[in-house]
Amino acid sequence: MTLALIPPSEHVHWWFATGILIVGLCLVAEAIVGPEVWGRRPWRRYLWPGALFLMGLLMWPVMVFFTNSTLHVIAHGVWAQVGMLAGAAHLGLARGKLVNPAWRLTMPLAFVVSGTAFLIHEQNGALYSRSAFVHHAAGWLLIVGAVFPLLLAYRPRSTAFGLGYAFTVIALAVVIYTTRDVASIFGHLSPEAGVPHR
Amino acid sequence: MNTQLATEARPRIRRSARATAVLSLGPLTAIAGLVWAIVQPHRITLLDPTDQGFWWLVSQPPLYVMLVGVLFHALVAPGVVADLEEAEERDS
Repeated sequence: MTLALIPPSEHVHWWFATGILIVGLCLVAEAIVGPEVWGRRPWRRYLWPGALFLMGLLMWPVMVFFTNSTLHVIAHGVWAQVGMLAGAAHLGLARGKLVNPAWRLTMPLAFVVSGTAFLIHEQNGALYSRSAFVHHAAGWLLIVGAVFPLLLAYRPRSTAFGLGYAFTVIALAVVIYTTRDVASIFGHLSPEAGVPHR
Repeated sequence: MNTQLATEARPRIRRSARATAVLSLGPLTAIAGLVWAIVQPHRITLLDPTDQGFWWLVSQPPLYVMLVGVLFHALVAPGVVADLEEAEERDS
């Protein structure tokens, strides 16, 4: 067994996918039972906003240790900021410190900004490699899926919008779980991408 | 024979569709992880740990998915269903 201090980047992607999956399951449950029942136990109100805030916070060390270009640094920094902003805003709403429902708009903002960062910082076409495809898929998923948290901000009790929002988050987790450092996508892999492994 | 000790029959709990849906989230997630592990057994490096680096032994993504499902089912779902049933009982 060899011990390297820095894990391969695909492992970090899987850890974040796990965090996103936890948030997604909580959102599905909240959409099914409604915000009143979900919020009956105080700890549960803080569960997914807290997880989101934590993921935003943890994106900073990822930005420092796993980026190899300015564009990567900016994209990871943007994810960290909008993740923390949306998480903190929803923590504030859960606590009652924030009362203006417009703070819910931080979530569609986070979706659109994150999706745009995914698309801008991937400079190769979707079939260049698995990683490139993941960036394109995640980017468009977030930009199109932003419509659900946006509508939910205006109709917070809508089960349909809540489920659409939750399954967008779960789909994002699935997409990120497919990340590999160098691997083909639908049988395509650019020779410039490197040697595939695992 | 003491008839005072007759076992009380427990009423069968009929869960609402919403409660059943919440209770099925964890198992469905765990099954998804299990299916992934079966389709890609090489992702479970514990099955063949020789020559694996530290991080490859730590990272078992299908196990992560299963773990999330199990934890959600054990820690989150019971409380949500209890609160939901209490609310449904109050409203009926």
